[in-house]
Amino acid sequence: MSTAMQQVFAHPVSLKDVQTHFCPGCQHGTIHRLVAEAMDHFGVQEKTIGVASVGCSVFLYAYFDIDVVEAPHGRAPAVATGVKRACPDKFVFTYQGDGDLAAIGTSEIIHAANRGEGMTVIFVNNTTYGMTGGQMAPTTLPNQKTSTSPYGRNVGNDGYPIRMAELLAQLEGVAFSARVAVNTPKNVMQAGRVIKQAFETQLQGRGFSFVEVLSACPTNWGMDPLKANARIAEEMIPYFPLATFKDTSAA
Amino acid sequence: MQKRLLVKGNEAVAMGAIEAGCRFYFGYPITPQSDIPEYISREFPKVGGTFIQAESEIASINMLLGASACGMRAMTSSSSPGISLKQEGISYMAGSELPGLIVNISRSGPGLGGIDASQSDYFQAVKGGGHGGYHTIVLAPHSVQEMYDLTMLAFDLSDRYRVPAMLLGDSVLGQMKEALIPHPYVAPADLPAKDWAVSGKDGRAQRVVKSLYLGDGELEAHNWKLYRKYQELRERETRCETAGLDDAKLLVTAFGVTSRIAKTAIRMAREEGLKVGLLRPITLFPFPDKAFADATARTKRVLCFELNTGQMVEDVRLSVARDAEVFFYGRPPGAGSLPTPEELLAQIRTYYKD
Repeated sequence: MSTAMQQVFAHPVSLKDVQTHFCPGCQHGTIHRLVAEAMDHFGVQEKTIGVASVGCSVFLYAYFDIDVVEAPHGRAPAVATGVKRACPDKFVFTYQGDGDLAAIGTSEIIHAANRGEGMTVIFVNNTTYGMTGGQMAPTTLPNQKTSTSPYGRNVGNDGYPIRMAELLAQLEGVAFSARVAVNTPKNVMQAGRVIKQAFETQLQGRGFSFVEVLSACPTNWGMDPLKANARIAEEMIPYFPLATFKDTSAA
Repeated sequence: MQKRLLVKGNEAVAMGAIEAGCRFYFGYPITPQSDIPEYISREFPKVGGTFIQAESEIASINMLLGASACGMRAMTSSSSPGISLKQEGISYMAGSELPGLIVNISRSGPGLGGIDASQSDYFQAVKGGGHGGYHTIVLAPHSVQEMYDLTMLAFDLSDRYRVPAMLLGDSVLGQMKEALIPHPYVAPADLPAKDWAVSGKDGRAQRVVKSLYLGDGELEAHNWKLYRKYQELRERETRCETAGLDDAKLLVTAFGVTSRIAKTAIRMAREEGLKVGLLRPITLFPFPDKAFADATARTKRVLCFELNTGQMVEDVRLSVARDAEVFFYGRPPGAGSLPTPEELLAQIRTYYKD
């Protein structure tokens, strides 16, 4: 029997060994790690250009050891379009929150997806504007209280939460669209697998790939991290089902 | 004999951009600039360029931002309301020190306004346009030839200083046909390498293109850096055309299309024996303030002529000698016709003093 030891777990190479600014219980850190692990898995760190958005995820460059371009609020898919067209052999991804992608950036995400831009979009849905202090987002659930829906989201006045993964799956240019969550170890494992599938979609040149990640914001939800995880299971997943809505590799 | 082509001003912009090595264009249709994307969409496939008709002006400026961040020569073009939509992205480009060309073949405003010739976007162009207190380099051609030449210059200046550049024209300059003598683009030998562009780190240190500075003192230092570049532009890159300054008793100043009318009116005035000179700013930012100071050390009367109710005249007043008098003649857009040389000549006679 060999005495050589095999390393089976380590800090991802693509992720800097620094402390993040995220709140306790925030799942951006987990999602960052899954993205970095996918980068390491495919060995693309050195050829990756990330596009950061505006919101809690704006400090992408502080945590990922990769080249990064910072985009105006909501415009990351348009910036990434310019990047990918200029550098078609590079790995290009955006990392956006729900206010950024599903409200102010709706036009940019739909048209980048519809053109089939060869980028990967990581979309973090925590049903609120985290950075600005917990205002109502396009994904805020009906009756959910936020700082700008203090009596609960009134769908008669505010409309309905948008299911982006399903919406984008309808577009011809989209090769991969899925929703995952990171509220349980099992879901984290599944999210890691799905993010890798999205990366593979780009690396195989099959078109636009999109992963929506349901994520907790304990600070703005006014919950401890465990209750926040329970809320994802009890309230978010029933409205935002976990599934792969489109995968052209399966066709 | 040199090859002379009869082309539209808008086409000259597109030809100059292609000649200068621009291979990325992102835009959205709007009158009176649509000849530019039409020409480029036809010619880019022949030279391996990337043309995207974006979903909006906002998307197109951000695509430009992305391509520029990768170190590519890239451009967009639009007209006034579309330029307003682009201001967010222009501000981010300025803050991120990204070069790039934005062409404004302006309409007449405010709002949807009209499509006749106007210079109502001067303030927007030279005073920043978007939020945050920045400048873009602004070049103002007055002929089809200059639409070609200044497009090339705009790319060079923008790359050298890492400041976005704007070419400011109008519907006359964009739509009229004139002789163009095309010439090969020669890149300045001393253009700095784009050692800031993202490309995937590939063994080197991480590169980040950003405008967010939250660290203690970082943003102030960044803004001083931008300020120093604007000062350097002011010291080194002002350009203007002058004529008849030696004996002028009255200086007429105008940019772009109005300077063509001014030239005719000045010729007519000279024929009457009036000693009238011309100072035509070619760079609107940096504004040729020293040229005005020098000219008004001797010529104490200045008539500023614009297709608006008085915008460049403010910069003229800030630039002239303290004892010089500045007069203004202008008309806002909407008349359906341009002021005539005779109309300006009457103004010249009014303000002229021997």
